[in-house]
Amino acid sequence: MVVLFYIFAALAVLAAISVVAQRTPVYSALSLIVVLCSLAVVYLLLGAEFIAVIQVIVYAGAIMVLFVFVIMLLNAGREAPSQRSRFAHWLGAPLVAAFLVEILLAVWRQFPAGSTHPAASLDAGPAAIGHLLFRNYVLPFEVTSILILVAILGAVVLAKREF
Amino acid sequence: MATFSDTGLLLLITLIKIAVVVVVMLTAIAYLTWLERKVVAHIQARWGPYRVGPHGLLQPVADGIKFILKEDIVPLEADKVIYWLAPFLGFTLAFLSIAVIPFGESFTIYGHTISFQITDLNVGLLFIFAVTSLGVYSIALAGWSSNSKYPLLGGLRSSAQMISYELSLGLAVVGVLMIAGTLSLRGIVNSQAGFWHVGGMNTFLPHWNIFVQPVGFLVYFMAAIAETNRVPFDLPEGESELVGGFHTEYSSMKFAMFFLSEYANMITVSCLATILFFGGWHGPVFGPYVLRVILPVFWFCVKLFCFLFFYIWMRGTLPRFRYDQLMAFGWKFLLPVGVLNILVTSFVVAWISSS
Repeated sequence: MVVLFYIFAALAVLAAISVVAQRTPVYSALSLIVVLCSLAVVYLLLGAEFIAVIQVIVYAGAIMVLFVFVIMLLNAGREAPSQRSRFAHWLGAPLVAAFLVEILLAVWRQFPAGSTHPAASLDAGPAAIGHLLFRNYVLPFEVTSILILVAILGAVVLAKREF
Repeated sequence: MATFSDTGLLLLITLIKIAVVVVVMLTAIAYLTWLERKVVAHIQARWGPYRVGPHGLLQPVADGIKFILKEDIVPLEADKVIYWLAPFLGFTLAFLSIAVIPFGESFTIYGHTISFQITDLNVGLLFIFAVTSLGVYSIALAGWSSNSKYPLLGGLRSSAQMISYELSLGLAVVGVLMIAGTLSLRGIVNSQAGFWHVGGMNTFLPHWNIFVQPVGFLVYFMAAIAETNRVPFDLPEGESELVGGFHTEYSSMKFAMFFLSEYANMITVSCLATILFFGGWHGPVFGPYVLRVILPVFWFCVKLFCFLFFYIWMRGTLPRFRYDQLMAFGWKFLLPVGVLNILVTSFVVAWISSS
């Protein structure tokens, strides 16, 4: 189990780097799908089968299909590296490193070495998640759905104005 | 689930199961193509394949040899990596979803219980949906990587179509899930054992979901045909408009892989229809132990065959949709009907469980 975790965690990180490093948009999108699927495997290893499958259905199966669809529709080719900001060019890597250290420190503080996984004891079945979502967190859930609806309507209105 | 103490034995049995299922699937697909050509031929008052073997029964073998021996042509401007990846992805995903399909009950041999299923996931149904939802990449990427007009249009059409109909497909089965109360396919089949009782009276109607979820079944089946890109929803490969659609630039074995995965997907959605709405392997079971083990598998195959025959029948009968009709049908008819079905079912389920 631990071996599997390291394999898929490494795969997720490598694919995530590939998302940024690839020059062809389709390869970036495909790398992102690999990231999402590796994360699903990690969820699976934590015993959250439902979350794992939903992760694949929603992110890899629906949202990323739209990404790939748009890339194909625009027939986007290789991107040329932009030479506009020398400032961003030199400062990018140190900032990313600083951000990474900050996240690692936060995680380290939350879960010191040797502490057990709290997630393993949780019930992550469909029924338990349904109860949480529709009883305890029903207001945030509904507000989020309205937010998404507003975004969709906004996109439609903006797109209509163009033509 | 098989209950073993020895992990090695479990692994061995699982490997044997996988081998058996893959071999049976490949044979079934081969003869499904033969059946399709025969049935469509008879619908059109022709004979169909007749030369290779009696009644053309060896035609699939000849086709297979032809696929392997043909020259493999790769377009010069194709994106080589993705061009290779797409057919293999489609093939792998099509066969992956078979892993959770229960074909029959279980049997006991030398004290070991072996079930007719490779693995029983407790989210089996969602697993199949996850795998099918990834299947669209195979078609979309095949269309894109060929770097050619018609495949690209076919790929675009199929991604739009599959996203649209996936929603209806998912919504259609929610009614069944609410009645069965589980996501495990074996659990769903087990919930359909016996007969319907109305007011304490035995109606002698099998306890299948089709009798309480007819609308759900119709929505499911129509969406499933669209998901598998079959007539009348075969716009991704509409040969009169797009030459051959997403696989125009594919040849030889890579084309055969798309072909195989299309038929494997047909079998999967038909299996799912049998399991969700027609009681899976349930049917009259009698006789000695061997017969009691084999009969459920037989009933499953009979129901499956009916669906596959229906698929072919439709191909011989219906014309293709126009693209705007396809989208309007999916979004303005199938989706609202699916949502309405969920609403009504949930009210009825809540009413029954409260009274």
